[in-house]
Amino acid sequence: MVSLQSLTALGKREATIVTHGPMTITERTDVALASLAARKGRMADLDKAAKAAGVPLPGPATHRTGTPYSAFWTAPEIWFVEAPYATHELIADLLKTAFGESASITEQTDAWVAFDLAAADLTPVLERLCNVDFSFVPAGYATRTVMEHLGVYLIKHDLGAARIYGPRSSAESLLHAIKTAAHSLW
Amino acid sequence: MLIHHPILGPRDAQEFVYLGDASLIDRPDGMTAGVDAFHDYLYNRTNPAGEHQELWYHEQGDRSWLVVTRNTVTHEITKVELARDVARARGRTK
Repeated sequence: MVSLQSLTALGKREATIVTHGPMTITERTDVALASLAARKGRMADLDKAAKAAGVPLPGPATHRTGTPYSAFWTAPEIWFVEAPYATHELIADLLKTAFGESASITEQTDAWVAFDLAAADLTPVLERLCNVDFSFVPAGYATRTVMEHLGVYLIKHDLGAARIYGPRSSAESLLHAIKTAAHSLW
Repeated sequence: MLIHHPILGPRDAQEFVYLGDASLIDRPDGMTAGVDAFHDYLYNRTNPAGEHQELWYHEQGDRSWLVVTRNTVTHEITKVELARDVARARGRTK
């Protein structure tokens, strides 16, 4: 029997953790992701199913944390749903069962790389990376933006905690950009 | 330049891609409208010096299509709507 070992987006066995000065970058390999899009005219059904399944449906440009499902808004009537990988590896199948014909669901886990940034204040790093006014936007803000020419999602948990989802095939470039921004500061 | 996105608020114009005249929404029915109507739709634009309705795409944001009313002389933006709402108001989609 073939024995396969999973690799992270950076091609390693273990998640990468980089510390530079007061900032820590942690690659998150323990998050399962799926996109959830309402089908035409089925928003009411989707709402009902979301309540039953405990999937939050936050408003525009926001992220809402829940257990086991968290979610952030990506476009009108479209969300990204997050869950712990250990228990929800088959997140798309689980959501498909919960939402039935009311929504279109796409597995996203292996399309993205997730980096958690932690520092006392991430504003100086993020203002070097993207055009989001990080100190101004509220905690729980989630938006799509551009870093190093890559389309990414940026989620602000608070001033010192943020998560970036970037394209998995450009994981190394994104990490390099974040490290470069950190090195220019500290 | 800032574009006041109807859902996301003011966003940098660099996040958007410009497509062109919003009359592109009014595509004639290919089965009944005839060749001339389609020729006009494809090639003819009014190109006004003044108020102009344009299609912009929020490429680096939520990827929505917008109809932006912009003065081509002063670049003042007077109105931004979701293209979906505009198309529905014109009876394009149900």
